[in-house]
Amino acid sequence: MYSEKVMDHFRNPRNMGEIPEADGIGTVGNPVCGDMMTVYIKVKDNRIDDIKFKTFGCGAAIATSSMVTELAKGKTLEEAEKIGRSDVADSLGGLPKVKMHCSNLAADALHAAIEDYEKHKGTKR
Amino acid sequence: MSKTKRIYMDHTAGKPVDPHVMEAMMLYMKSLYGNPSSVHSFGQEARQAIEEARTKIAELINAERKESIIFTSGATESNNMAIKGVTYRNKDRGTHIITSSIEHMSVLNPCKFLMTKGFKVTFLPVDQYGFVNLRSLEKELTSETILVSIMYANGEIGTIQPVKKISQIVHGKNAYLHVDAATANGQVPIDVDNEGIDLLTISSNDMYGPKGVGALYIRKGTRLKPSIHGGGQERGLRSGTENLPGIVGFGKAAEIAKKEMPTESGRLKTLRDKLIKGLLDNIPRSFLNGHPTKRLPNNAAVRYSFIEGESILLDLDLKGVAASSGSACTAKTLEPSHALRAIGLKHEEAHGSLLFTLGKQNTEGEVDYAIRIMPDIVKRLREMSPLTPKELKE
Repeated sequence: MYSEKVMDHFRNPRNMGEIPEADGIGTVGNPVCGDMMTVYIKVKDNRIDDIKFKTFGCGAAIATSSMVTELAKGKTLEEAEKIGRSDVADSLGGLPKVKMHCSNLAADALHAAIEDYEKHKGTKR
Repeated sequence: MSKTKRIYMDHTAGKPVDPHVMEAMMLYMKSLYGNPSSVHSFGQEARQAIEEARTKIAELINAERKESIIFTSGATESNNMAIKGVTYRNKDRGTHIITSSIEHMSVLNPCKFLMTKGFKVTFLPVDQYGFVNLRSLEKELTSETILVSIMYANGEIGTIQPVKKISQIVHGKNAYLHVDAATANGQVPIDVDNEGIDLLTISSNDMYGPKGVGALYIRKGTRLKPSIHGGGQERGLRSGTENLPGIVGFGKAAEIAKKEMPTESGRLKTLRDKLIKGLLDNIPRSFLNGHPTKRLPNNAAVRYSFIEGESILLDLDLKGVAASSGSACTAKTLEPSHALRAIGLKHEEAHGSLLFTLGKQNTEGEVDYAIRIMPDIVKRLREMSPLTPKELKE
């Protein structure tokens, strides 16, 4: 059902956890749907210096969260904003069709975190 | 980690075929392959084998005569045949059907189909354990009701219905009672006479027979329309050349089930209770789905808060244990199981559900292993989950 890459990220998720003093936090999905994820970013010189995630959901939800943090880490905010759902799925060697819609929310969570950062930029959190 | 050790605990989804069953079937593929409708000795041997299988199945459920057993391709066909066959044949008497909200799709969907053909269907609610509300049943039954279809036991939560009580209520209003006993047959003794069942669905693989075979018991005098028209086999109700090796295997499986049931059910109950206790005792915020005692001997259904069923299954599989879940992500529909929703679970509670169904080859050592690996799996996923409250993180 899942590719080797998906299973690898599910087994050994990269960047799992929280950033206590994050510059931006984005949460998408909800527990009712069975998938919910939060992405935390730390921004330095317009780059994503650190990124972490927390996810409730199926194997695809966890793997896409892990993958999106790997794709975004070290990128400028402009570059990170361009990471889309299909980039995440492609980097994982594809996802089962039924998972493309509901469990592939990681890119949205990243974008929400960036938006949150932009909104609070210059203000103390 | 190596995957040398594989433990199968998903017997409601599929069971291995008993070696004695396979042996019995072989003969009817290799040497005795005649068509049961033929006049020659090949045909007569096949006919005899089918009638012997019919007798064994009738004996398993205490049917009044072997002719009351009609062979089908499985539980889905039997359920369709019972529901559509009875309602179409008896619509002069009424057009109302009653069923429950936790039935299998092969009961719910024929009922929904009949709603488009002018029939009225009532879906009875169930309580937190999954028991059908008998007062609602009494209230909803009218002189228009021709059929009530209630499952013997639910495969997802294990709950066994009070079938005898249900049949007394149903027969008080002169309706027919159909009982879907797939998953229950072979695990618990079923007595169509004593329990007052007019139509009973059973399936072969549920008792270690081959897949693709089932039967519908039809009490003498029950009127129903044929489901498949053709050469008139199976008393004209279900035409088509009989699945000879499948039926022979089904018969053998029924014979073995009848003999082994008392000891095997007792053994499974002991394992089940140990498994349930182990899955809940060492893990906070864990719950049993279904009733503690009135449940199928092989069924251990639990749920864990803050995590999702499919990821639990994947982790279990990586450690060599095959189980099942009512979670949305394992189904085609992306909705949590209707049975879990019907017992009152919220979506997020249903998502964390996990189902172990034991079988003949499972040992106590395997149960111990499943119990041993569970806390770490739940811990790992809870650490990842944004829903996990602080106090659970130590």
